[in-house]
Amino acid sequence: MSQEVKKEKKFTMTLPADELMACGHLACQGCGATLAMRYMLKALGKQTVLCIPACCWAVIDGPYPYSSMDVPIYHCAFETAASTATGVKAGLEMTGDAETTVVAWAGDGGTFDIGIQALSGAAERNEDIIYVCYDNEAYMNTGIQRSSATPYGAWTTTTPVKHFKNRPKKDIVAIMAAHRIPYIATASISHPEDFFKKMKKAKDIKGTRFFHVYAPCPTGWKSRPDDTIKLARMAVQNGYFPLLEIENGEKTTLNLKLKDRKPVDDYLRLQGRFRHLGPEQIAVIQAEIDARWERLTKGCVA
Amino acid sequence: MKKVMMGNHALSYGAMLSRAQVISAYPITPQTQVVELLSEMCSDGTLNAQFIKVESEHSAMASCIGASVAGARTFTATSSQGLALMHEMLHWAGGGRHPIVMGNVNRSMAPGWSIWADQNDSLSQRDTGWMQFYCASNQEVVDTVIQAFKVAEALMIPAMVILDAFALSHTYEVVDVPDQGLVDKYLPPFKPAIKLTPADPRAFGGLTGAEHYMELRYKLETDMEKAPALIEETGREFGKIFGRDLGLVDPYRCDDADFIFVTSGTAGFTARVAVDELRKSGVKAGNLRIKVFRPFPFERVREVLGKVKKAAVVDRNCSYGAGGIFYQEVKSAIYGRPGMPPLIGYIAGLGGRDITTDSFKEIAADAMAKDRAEEEIVWIGVKK
Repeated sequence: MSQEVKKEKKFTMTLPADELMACGHLACQGCGATLAMRYMLKALGKQTVLCIPACCWAVIDGPYPYSSMDVPIYHCAFETAASTATGVKAGLEMTGDAETTVVAWAGDGGTFDIGIQALSGAAERNEDIIYVCYDNEAYMNTGIQRSSATPYGAWTTTTPVKHFKNRPKKDIVAIMAAHRIPYIATASISHPEDFFKKMKKAKDIKGTRFFHVYAPCPTGWKSRPDDTIKLARMAVQNGYFPLLEIENGEKTTLNLKLKDRKPVDDYLRLQGRFRHLGPEQIAVIQAEIDARWERLTKGCVA
Repeated sequence: MKKVMMGNHALSYGAMLSRAQVISAYPITPQTQVVELLSEMCSDGTLNAQFIKVESEHSAMASCIGASVAGARTFTATSSQGLALMHEMLHWAGGGRHPIVMGNVNRSMAPGWSIWADQNDSLSQRDTGWMQFYCASNQEVVDTVIQAFKVAEALMIPAMVILDAFALSHTYEVVDVPDQGLVDKYLPPFKPAIKLTPADPRAFGGLTGAEHYMELRYKLETDMEKAPALIEETGREFGKIFGRDLGLVDPYRCDDADFIFVTSGTAGFTARVAVDELRKSGVKAGNLRIKVFRPFPFERVREVLGKVKKAAVVDRNCSYGAGGIFYQEVKSAIYGRPGMPPLIGYIAGLGGRDITTDSFKEIAADAMAKDRAEEEIVWIGVKK
C-alpha cells in the first residue's frame, strides 16, 4: 500500500484532478464519449452550461431526477443543440451572466445529419458558443444505424455486410471551415493533454468554436472495451483522424506530425464492423486517408 | 398615447412594452412586420433585447426555449408553415414549462400556397401545452401580449397571441398604447424559481421513466386548469389600470338573445353587424366571441349558451373527418347538461375567403330553419 502511494507521487499531473462528472453514469464499458466529457469539463471548469440533444449522452448523465454532472444540463431536441445553446447564451447575457461558457454537446448524428442546419446557422451568425461533436461514427444510442459520419466500408444495422456503406464519411471539419468561424479543432480521447490545451484555448476565444472529438464505441464498433483508447490512438497515428486546428477557416495546423504513418489495416482488424472487408476495400480506405493527409500537410482545410 | 398601427405592429408594441429580453424569429408572410419593427427597436435601443436572426422557425423556438430556461423573458412570432415547422418545439416549450409568448398570424396551410387567413395552423397545435388567445382588434393584441406574459410566467406555461392574416395583421387601427410605467407595475420582471445556471446545476428534461412522466403531465394539466381564473383575475387587474377588461369570452347582446353566433377572431366583429341588422328585422340575435381557446372556457360558454334557444358555431377551420374545431369544443362544453340549446356547426372563410354580414345572415336563416342539431356540417359560400 505504502509503496503504491509512493509510486503515485511520482506522477506529474498534466490535467486538473477536479472531476465535474461523477461515477454512477449510464455509459457502456469502454465508452469514448464519457472520457471526452470528462476531459472537456476539466478544461472548461464549473462555470459551464451544457445543451445536449438526443444522443448517447442524453442518457449517460442519468435519468430524471438524477444527474451525474456538476454542471447544469439542458436536454434539448435532436436537431437543436446549436440553436438551443444560442438561446441559452443570449438568455444568460440578458440576465447579467456574460461569463458562463455555453456548450452544445452532440453526437455525430445530431451534428453531421439532423442538426447541421441549426449548426450552420449558428456558425454563420458566429454565436458565442462551443459546439462539440463527439463522433462514434453511427447512431449508437438507437442501436448502431449508419449516419453520414459512418466511414466507407463499415457495417451498421442499416448497412449490413452485403450492403456496407459505400460512400465516404462527410468531412464536417471542412464544412465548418467554410463558415470561417474563429476556431476549429479535432481532438481524441487518446490525447487528453492536446484535447485539454485546445479546449482551454477555445474557452478564451469569442464566437463559434467547433470541436470534432473522436470517441470510439465498443458496442457499435464490435471492439473490446479495453481497446477504446488504443483504437483512438491508432486512428490518430495512421492519419485516419488527424489532430489539427483551423483558425478563421483559413489554414490547417497539424498538431501531431507523423513521420512514419502506420497503415490502416491493424486499426480496422480490431473492429468487428470492418471484419467483412477484403484487401480491395481496405486499399480504398487507405487511399482516402493518404490523399487527405497529403492535402492537410499542405495546409488545406479538406 | 394613441397611435395608428397595423395588427402586426401591435404585437411588436406588446413585446416592447413587456420588455422582452430575447427575441428569436424568422420571417414569414404575413407576420414579417412584427419582427421587422422589433429588430429596429432592438437596434435603436428602444428595446433592450437580443434579437437572434435564426435560419428557421424550428431554431427560433429552440433558441427561445434556451433563452427562457436561462431566465430571460422571451418573445417570437410566426405564422402557418412556420408554426407547423415549430411543432416539435411547441411540445418542448409546453412540456418543459417555458413561459414564452409568441404571436401567430393565422394563415392557411399549404398546399396550395395561401397567405390568407384561416385558423388551421394554430388549432393544429392545440395539444402542445400552450395557451391560445384569439384577438379581434389591434388594441386587444397589444393588451393581450402584456397579459399573456403575466399569466404565462405565473403558471410557467407558454402562450400564443393569435390574429387573422390581413383582416387584422395588416389593418391599421387606433391603439391606445399603454404607459410603460404602468405596464412595469402590472408586469414585473421575470424571476423564475429554477433556471439553467452553474450556481444551481440541475439537469432539465432528462430521460423520464414511467414512474415520473405522468406526474409531470398531470401538473401541466392542473396548472392549465388554473389558467381560466387567472386570466380573468389578471384581466380585471388590467382593466383597473388601463380601463379595458380582458376576459375569456366576449359576449355581445347575448343577455336577451334567442339565437347566437359563436365565433372567434375578427369574424366576431362582422357577426355583430349582422346581429344588429337581424335585431332590426325582429330576430333576437347575439354573438359570443370566444377569446381563449386553450384553456377552453367551458364555464363561461355554458353560462351564455344556457340562456339562448339556438346557437350557430362558425368555424374558420376544419378538422377533416370531424368538422369545425370550435364546434366540437362547444359541443363538449354542454354535453350532458340540461337546458342547453341545439348547436349547428358552420365552416366559412377558409383560405382567406371573406366572411361577410351576408354570410352570417345566411347562417342565421339556415340555423333558424332547423329545429335540432344535425351531424352534417354546413359549408358557407362554397362552390359545390
